[in-house]
Amino acid sequence: MFGLPEDLITVIWTLIKIVVIVAPLMLGVAYLTYAERKIIGYMQVRIGPNRVGPKGWLQPIADALKLMFKEIILPTGANKMLFVVAPVLSIAPALAAWAVIPFDDGLVLSNLDAGLLYILALTSVGVYGVIIAGWASNSKYAFLGALRSAAQVVSYEIAMGFALVGVLMAAGSLNLGDIVRAQEGGFLNWYWLPLFPLFIVYFLSGVAETNRAPFDVAEGESEIVAGFHVEYSGMTFAIFFLAEYANMILIAALASVLFLGGWLSPFAGVPLLGDMTAWVPGLFWLLMKMSIFLFFFLWFRATFPRYRYDQIMRLGWKAFLPVTIFWLFVEGIAIYAEIGPWFDGVLGA
Amino acid sequence: MLDHYLPVLLFIIVGLAVGVGPIAIGFLLGEHRPDREKNSPYECGFEPFEDSRMKFDVRFYLVAILFIIFDLEIAFLFPWAIVLDKIGVVGLAAMGIFLLILVIGFIYEWKKGALEWE
Repeated sequence: MFGLPEDLITVIWTLIKIVVIVAPLMLGVAYLTYAERKIIGYMQVRIGPNRVGPKGWLQPIADALKLMFKEIILPTGANKMLFVVAPVLSIAPALAAWAVIPFDDGLVLSNLDAGLLYILALTSVGVYGVIIAGWASNSKYAFLGALRSAAQVVSYEIAMGFALVGVLMAAGSLNLGDIVRAQEGGFLNWYWLPLFPLFIVYFLSGVAETNRAPFDVAEGESEIVAGFHVEYSGMTFAIFFLAEYANMILIAALASVLFLGGWLSPFAGVPLLGDMTAWVPGLFWLLMKMSIFLFFFLWFRATFPRYRYDQIMRLGWKAFLPVTIFWLFVEGIAIYAEIGPWFDGVLGA
Repeated sequence: MLDHYLPVLLFIIVGLAVGVGPIAIGFLLGEHRPDREKNSPYECGFEPFEDSRMKFDVRFYLVAILFIIFDLEIAFLFPWAIVLDKIGVVGLAAMGIFLLILVIGFIYEWKKGALEWE
């Protein structure tokens, strides 16, 4: 033990690992925006961006560069400090949550036993960015957008929380790696099957939580122009944008880990295919599952018209919440009866 | 035990840096030519005619209060779900009763119209 130097090495080594996670994530965010424009373009029989670089591949880079050179406007009536802090508050939790996401068996930055609790805490912090932005802007549209968004996010957080409890009851652990390992044994052992209503509620709440279409009344271009970030420009706006997309990827990753067996292969246990695909790394399966969820995010936006605000609140409180509570009762009975490969029964396996 | 939390702390710091860094770059590289019109709050071309921190609907408060109740409930359920295989049938039944009380409260607020947004 050399005291400080060794600690310093640990810190530097950890920082390197964090960069290895954050850099591809930021690249993923950039190309998710590109994918969104392309996919929605094709769904509307347009081509989408195709001018910058071959087939438009450099479009996100060009967008980032453009935003860097734009003026950052600080409105006269705004609380300047809070105005600049808000975007930072919204991106930090969207990134920091990745500390506990397992990418493969054992491939996780911090194997926290309270992983899911940490996720729940951090995703709750994200709403502060929106509220502070809306308040600090001192603009009517921003204020309305922030109010709507805050009420919507906290409403859907409840349904999300109850869905998480369902996963916990089945897995018996807050550690995300253990939750995945509890789903081992093939496609039908993943929690999407016994917890199907919770799975649907979780993902749709995730869509509402990230203020994505069709639940995007917080932005509502056609009524309150851009909602909470109407006064933001240049890089401050870009950070909000990054946070929204980073949150989408986070929700996709969490839904994969909690309900679709994370890094587990969908062919495990299948006679011929299982052996043929055994060499595929777990990271590949996780990325595949995340891509499916992300595609759904984009697909929803191209397909559904925006919900009215009262419809959103009704869906959250009067549909999702009763469904999740009901399913917790069902799950309690299922655990008592030790149904299927999913539930161990109350006195342990 | 605590070593697991160092990466988490560092990650939060990196997350904040990813927010602060680009904004600083934006301030450095972007131009600064403020004028009165540009810096006024956006209101579809109108001069804003009253303060934007206006009165708002009391239902937003109501949602916040209901949120606290249900979120606390989730906070209770988390540790319970972890020790489910140790506390046995009694634990299962106890939480069933607890949830039932919550459900009765939920039905009450529904009937009272606390969830209406028409």
